[in-house]
Amino acid sequence: MVILDPAHGGVDQGARGSAGIVESDVVLSFARLLRISLEAQGFRVILTRQANDDPSFDDRSRIVNAQRGAIFITLHVSSTGPAGTVRVYSLPQATAPATPTGSNSPRPGLIPWNRAQEGFLDLSRKLAELIQIQMAQRFHGSPETPATVAVRQLRTVAAPAVAIEVSSVSLPARAPLDQMAPLLADGVARAVAAFRLVYETGAK
Amino acid sequence: MSRGLKTTIAILAVMVAVGLITLPSLRRAIQRMSGSTRTEEQARRDVMQIQISTPTDVKVKAQMYWMSATSPTSLEATTIELPLSADPVERSKQLLIALVTSAPAPTQRTLPPDATLLGFYIQPDGTGVADFSDDLPAGTPSGILSEQLVADSIARTLGANVNLIRRLKILIHGQEAETLAGHLDLTGFFPVPSAAAAAAASMPASQSPVAPAATVTVQPKPGAPTPSIPTQGKQSPH
Repeated sequence: MVILDPAHGGVDQGARGSAGIVESDVVLSFARLLRISLEAQGFRVILTRQANDDPSFDDRSRIVNAQRGAIFITLHVSSTGPAGTVRVYSLPQATAPATPTGSNSPRPGLIPWNRAQEGFLDLSRKLAELIQIQMAQRFHGSPETPATVAVRQLRTVAAPAVAIEVSSVSLPARAPLDQMAPLLADGVARAVAAFRLVYETGAK
Repeated sequence: MSRGLKTTIAILAVMVAVGLITLPSLRRAIQRMSGSTRTEEQARRDVMQIQISTPTDVKVKAQMYWMSATSPTSLEATTIELPLSADPVERSKQLLIALVTSAPAPTQRTLPPDATLLGFYIQPDGTGVADFSDDLPAGTPSGILSEQLVADSIARTLGANVNLIRRLKILIHGQEAETLAGHLDLTGFFPVPSAAAAAAASMPASQSPVAPAATVTVQPKPGAPTPSIPTQGKQSPH
């Protein structure tokens, strides 16, 4: 199962370009198209939001954390960066917040919510690599390897989780972003299909 | 023509004459009032920002991490001459204020020009705590890449010039914020590379959005604001 997260929504529009391109709208379109591509690969797909609402970070994490064996992908559009490029991020090792008193030794079988991603960093990194390779092949100027950044949404996800950020809302019109959507969807779906083999092998 | 009508016309004529006479000064007054907002903002900044000058200040070549002049997705080390204190806390304040005020070009800014450093502390475990005004999140372009460049710019500049700091915590108006501008997690700590690592800056692009150190050396622009430190923040709620 793949949980697709079109970031922002509602009053939180995310990045907004001078031509009126709004991140929350664009990522919802991306998510709908990506859903079709993933379903064509045999995945079951859930979107964290279907319309212009704004679930909290934790609400979005709750959706994926309630599933077993899920993959989480959060979709973003940047304010900056070379137009037409795509960057993929996973969480780095040392971004966990200071451990609150008493939560240092969770009971066996329980994962601290604020550090839910810690057990999946390697898998997330692998997923990010596979997606980034696909993006580099399709979108000239995109890096060939992913970066690790403390993306808030990823921290509370207890599953392989990556963020994909497309550049950018600064374009003079939305058409170039819309033209990227089918290629993006195809590339991500192929990468997730490749990752499924790694994930399922590791789980056995 | 009745006497009353003559009086009325005379009064109106006097009023028109007075209006014509006072019109230029009235216009000047309106122009002064429209310009007063900027003046008040400037005054507020002047009050909030007091120049940091310590007895141990020595002019040194500081390595600052701003946006690369050639790549909009990476930082570039630029060397400028700054009077820096021997005290690590004061030195850090001086560096961060210079990071805001002394970028070689507006396009190379990593922190918004209105961002104000409200305080800086170094904890015994090597955690540097930088407390910025609300203008930092408000002026940072929303996005994973742009927000990471802000944190990286601060961390690398501190790492290159202050020995004690091992990790960085960013506060907004004295409080822990969940994100910088909707993406970057501010509840944790950012690693601060050592001076040697920052100087080398040889990590591949996949590891960090930081370009290799540039050989460009610039001096603070003439007329650029003097590195300074605020004494208090805005009273807006966070």
